[in-house]
Amino acid sequence: MFALIRKDLQIEFRTKETVAALLLLGLLTLTVLSFAFDPTSALRAEAAPGALWVAVIFAGVLGLSRSFVAERENDCLHGLLLSPVDRGTIYLAKAVANVLFMLMAQVVIVPIFLFFFNVPVGVHLFGVMLALALGLVGFSAVGTLFAAISVRTRVREVMLPLLMLPMTVPIFIAGVKVTGRLLAGKSWAEVTPWLHLMVGFDVVFLVVGWLVFEYAVEE
Amino acid sequence: MRKAADLILPAATGVVMLLALYMVFVAVPTDSTMGIVQRIFYFHVPLAIMSFLAFGTVAVASVLFLWRGGRAWDRLAHVAAEVGLVFCSLVLITGPIWAKPIWGTWWTWDARLTTTLILWLIYAGYLMLRTVVGPTEQGARYAAVVGIVGAIDIPIIHRSVYWWRTIHPAVLVTREGGSGLTDPTMRATLAVCFLAFLLLFVWLVWVREQSLRLADTLERLRLEALGQS
Repeated sequence: MFALIRKDLQIEFRTKETVAALLLLGLLTLTVLSFAFDPTSALRAEAAPGALWVAVIFAGVLGLSRSFVAERENDCLHGLLLSPVDRGTIYLAKAVANVLFMLMAQVVIVPIFLFFFNVPVGVHLFGVMLALALGLVGFSAVGTLFAAISVRTRVREVMLPLLMLPMTVPIFIAGVKVTGRLLAGKSWAEVTPWLHLMVGFDVVFLVVGWLVFEYAVEE
Repeated sequence: MRKAADLILPAATGVVMLLALYMVFVAVPTDSTMGIVQRIFYFHVPLAIMSFLAFGTVAVASVLFLWRGGRAWDRLAHVAAEVGLVFCSLVLITGPIWAKPIWGTWWTWDARLTTTLILWLIYAGYLMLRTVVGPTEQGARYAAVVGIVGAIDIPIIHRSVYWWRTIHPAVLVTREGGSGLTDPTMRATLAVCFLAFLLLFVWLVWVREQSLRLADTLERLRLEALGQS
């Protein structure tokens, strides 16, 4: 499994195309969303958590849809499937690699978000990053599974968000809530139910993906 | 048996549906507080329950398809999703018609409304995937995976939007116990409507399943004919 993750990371470090694309798309989304809210209004602070998560989602969908394209173009997926590893392991490796890519992009997107939306950097930054990490695991758990499916269809760029976005609504709601409350200076106790929900979502869909991935990749 | 069902299902659906219409528009007393618009409730609730039944069928048929195989399970999942989406659309249309005079707004981001909308989106995506992959073995497996993931997701989505906000009336089960429908005619009407829409659901699934099976047969015959020539 670690060999598989290392393979994906190595390809990425040599080309740097996925993380760079994720980063730029996240940045663009934040910029465009900045125009949607008057810079002086109080609405802006209210909308800030939503803007961050929309940027994260857009970048995430893009990254996930890329994750099987390279495998398909060079017919590497056949090689992977022929290798003596369980299908579930391939799924987990792919999911972990996708989380890592998205996290790398977050390292830049979050500071820029704080910068653009003029959000006070407080002690809660850790909580926001935790929520982001949990959210990305959830996106990746569902998205990796659906990316393997949509890459085989004619309209793969459209298919993945169509399938993935409705399914990941809980992550989005929980993420926005946690971020909003932490940035508003609310206590840790107010966000723990949401964090539990995200952990639950992550665990459930990692297990489901691990179980059904073989049906999504077999020819 | 097949012939009999072809005859009995539409006949029974027609009779019970006419009875349901009579009860909803003539027999049942008008609600004292909400007025005439409350009558849409007799369509709205059975449709909602039937669409949940349909999406449940999709999940069960998908699991059975992956587990046991067999084109029949795949067809059932496909057909149930189609009928379920039609019913779910009707729920989303009848709901706002009631909500406008009662809540004063067409739409609100209440837990049940939001969950239903997301359900609609999930199964619209499911059918979109079906259309794109076509009636292949591979496409059937993809659809089954999406059907299962969607079904597992529904309780989580519901929990999350419930925490988010809720104002939808719970007419059938209230916290005090007992139902919000006091008049026995109202309960009878609701029961007849449930039966009518259940029959409609079964009949639509039946008809649609037959048309898909015919399409399968046609495809097989076409391939055979091509092989011979």
